[in-house]
Amino acid sequence: MNRTITNLGMGLVFSFLIAPLIVVGGVSLNAQKRLLFPPEGLSLRWYGELLTDLAWLVPVKNSLIIASCSALLALLIALPLAYFLWRYRVFYAKALFTLGVAPFVLPPVITALGFLIFWVTLGFYGHMSAVVISHGIFFVTLPLVTLSLGFESMGDDIVEAARSMGADERMVFRSVVLPLVRPYMISGYAFAFVLSLNEYIIAYMVAGFTVETLPIKIFNSLRYGYTPVMASVAVMFALLAAVVFALVARFGDLPKLLGKV
Amino acid sequence: MIDRSPRGAGAYVLAFGPGLMLAVFFLVPFGIMLLVSVAEAVKGGAYNLAFDGSHYARFFTPFFGRVLGFSLFIALLTACICITVGFPFTYALTRLGHRAQVVWLVFILAVLSLSEVIIGFSWSILLSRTAGISNLLVWLGLMREPVAWFPGLAALLCGLTYLGLPYTVLILYPPLSRLDPELPEAARMLGASPLRSFFTVVVPAMRPAIVATVIMLFVFTLGAYLLPQVLGRPQHWTLSVLITDQAIFQSNLPFAAAMAIFLMGVSLALVLVTSRLNRRAMGSP
Amino acid sequence: MAELCLRDVGRRFGTVTAITDVTLDIPSGHLVCLLGPSGCGKTTLLRLIAGLDPPSEGRILLDGMDITRVPAHQRNFGMVFQSLALFPHLNVADNISYGLRVRGLASDVRRKRAETLLELVRLPGIADRHVAQLSGGQRQRVAIARALALEPKIFLLDEPMSALDAKLREAMQLELSQLQRRLGITTVVVTHDQREAMTMADTIVVIGANRVQQVGAPLDIYRRPRNSFVADFIGSINLLPAVLSGPGEASVGGIRLAVVEVGDGVGEGDRALISVRPEDVHLLSIEAQRDNTLPGTVSYVRDLGSQVETHVDCAGETIVSASAPRDRPVVAVGDAVRVELPVAACRALAP
Repeated sequence: MNRTITNLGMGLVFSFLIAPLIVVGGVSLNAQKRLLFPPEGLSLRWYGELLTDLAWLVPVKNSLIIASCSALLALLIALPLAYFLWRYRVFYAKALFTLGVAPFVLPPVITALGFLIFWVTLGFYGHMSAVVISHGIFFVTLPLVTLSLGFESMGDDIVEAARSMGADERMVFRSVVLPLVRPYMISGYAFAFVLSLNEYIIAYMVAGFTVETLPIKIFNSLRYGYTPVMASVAVMFALLAAVVFALVARFGDLPKLLGKV
Repeated sequence: MIDRSPRGAGAYVLAFGPGLMLAVFFLVPFGIMLLVSVAEAVKGGAYNLAFDGSHYARFFTPFFGRVLGFSLFIALLTACICITVGFPFTYALTRLGHRAQVVWLVFILAVLSLSEVIIGFSWSILLSRTAGISNLLVWLGLMREPVAWFPGLAALLCGLTYLGLPYTVLILYPPLSRLDPELPEAARMLGASPLRSFFTVVVPAMRPAIVATVIMLFVFTLGAYLLPQVLGRPQHWTLSVLITDQAIFQSNLPFAAAMAIFLMGVSLALVLVTSRLNRRAMGSP
Repeated sequence: MAELCLRDVGRRFGTVTAITDVTLDIPSGHLVCLLGPSGCGKTTLLRLIAGLDPPSEGRILLDGMDITRVPAHQRNFGMVFQSLALFPHLNVADNISYGLRVRGLASDVRRKRAETLLELVRLPGIADRHVAQLSGGQRQRVAIARALALEPKIFLLDEPMSALDAKLREAMQLELSQLQRRLGITTVVVTHDQREAMTMADTIVVIGANRVQQVGAPLDIYRRPRNSFVADFIGSINLLPAVLSGPGEASVGGIRLAVVEVGDGVGEGDRALISVRPEDVHLLSIEAQRDNTLPGTVSYVRDLGSQVETHVDCAGETIVSASAPRDRPVVAVGDAVRVELPVAACRALAP
């Protein structure tokens, strides 16, 4: 395509994607508790409030706990599954993979309602552990997909070479396979972590009235009137995500982790 | 050759640990949901197991017909906008140098991970009268006075596109970055202009990926729950909003479950039909 | 029928020079091979000719017209790509007639033309096949047919045989050069395979270190390499370190050898490499009294069936002599021998 048209198009997409973030960033700097852009009087007090007000700190803590635990759970489910699917040829491989991808591919509200009914039936409705497990299952797809990409990029000859030097199955896994898929594990974890941090509907349906996560807190405040703290939260989240993925890119080949050959 | 058939209990544990987890926490909830969808609703959020098809019967009213129609319409429209913008964008992205690609991808991932709540909040500010983009246009002298562009259909479409676009890019990124760069060049050597080679070679060669992406986006957008409430008017509320409303605020789990099952059935049917048509159109390779 | 001229053509990517300073005349109807190791810039040069990449400097002329700024799709050059780049969504006939479709020709005309071209590349009756169903050799021929469909002024091929196995490659080389001769189309082929270049080319352009090293007829390049890069890249050769001691004379470890030619950039007193092809090197008994000989010890004998190679260690340098099996020298490893380097075969080249 023509270079100028291409640059223009990419610039437009960039403006579309960055515009809300700029406005939110501006709003978060308002000195008064008013929703104005451009901001009137610059101040960082809303960031201070976010970090000191217990009403915001508790959701922050809840979200971090849920995100770190559920991402770990997702990784622990996805790793053996992806390894098995790569290492062995079985006729039900496709079914297993579909099962791993299905929770994420369905409209999230359906999965969320399924979890709600399940936890109500078991009597765990409103528990944080229910949110952790639900998120863990919901986000299995992310590490499963990145790990499958990682395993695919590894040739059989690597395993054969290790076997020919006398390593047994377990040894091959520990000494050859695991180090090679580590970047994919990290990026899968990062994906699940960041998306869990931002997930609303499942957390809301499973424990919305007892365990307040940050997205729920933001939505609740959105309903009951604006406060610029919401804007500062949004900015912090966008920055956190950018930092996490920049770190992933720093220590791994991001295009390759996302499926480029 | 290495041995490809699993041997010993150890190998099976690998598959059945995760398989069991997924079955217990995903398939079982689904099964329960299916049962609940035909149960009797009891006041206070509980239900009695029964065989009651009345929840499904409630769909065949003009009200639900309209909500369902609108949900499908808005999801399809969003998917089409996303692919129209996202496909050329991703193609251009994959032709960039490695460093530029990394920077773009980090940015796209950061946007992707933004919560629906934050997206709704941001767009409501961006389109608002007091702090929105219309102020910028007033400042530039293009408009007389600032206006509110939300809530409304356009605002909802903006938000849904913002939600779907990063997904579009990430789904299309692997197949497009694997596309042989010599394909469009071959078309150019045969007399096609760059634009023409894009539309007659790159797009048709990527057709399966495009269709798959549209399906995923469609299903994904069907499930959007927050944006219709934040950015749309009540007539823009989708089936997802009704489901949540019934489940949480009306405490009518059976009806919510019936709607969820119905929504899934509709989306599954559409997915199957589209992929069948797609396969037929591509011929058997 | 078209004549292609390059004038001081070069291409830089940022600070990296991919190819520089190419001046070349390709007469109408000639087949030219751009030959060189990977990374030498030969594919970049082909892309400049095709118009897929703009040159950073220089001009490209077609029949005297400056086409440097003409975009690829307006040049009407046919090209066969390294990956072949067959369109996966089209069948064989639609692939071949894609260019005709771009020009808006009716479908029955396109169909007829596709079938004619399939006959030309000796693949009749596969017009409706899907490209995924074709074998490597068939894909190759379809790509050639597609590139020729618009009767291009220039025919370009980028490593066209690299995907084929050795036997098929040899057959395709012959067929391609016969086809080119029959059509009389000016052709440029990029290859790293010197056998391929020797088989097909009217003219070989040897490219190394991002510039043209030598241009000439295949045998000329083989017989009279202009520098040690060309000598070493084309065929196998002995390169002996020496010092140029006088006009037509060099000294190897104190022994004087006469040479028939001195290459560019070597003057008296300079260090040089004496190049001599193995098939020109004769083995003599150690007692033989002849000029242009060096004493040495047989270190290895390699029998290739069609040819026998004798490796002789002469004061630390290995000289290889090749001979036909029936002229096989009666020597064994460890024997003392004299190697004769005939004056007519020796050239002193810049190192």
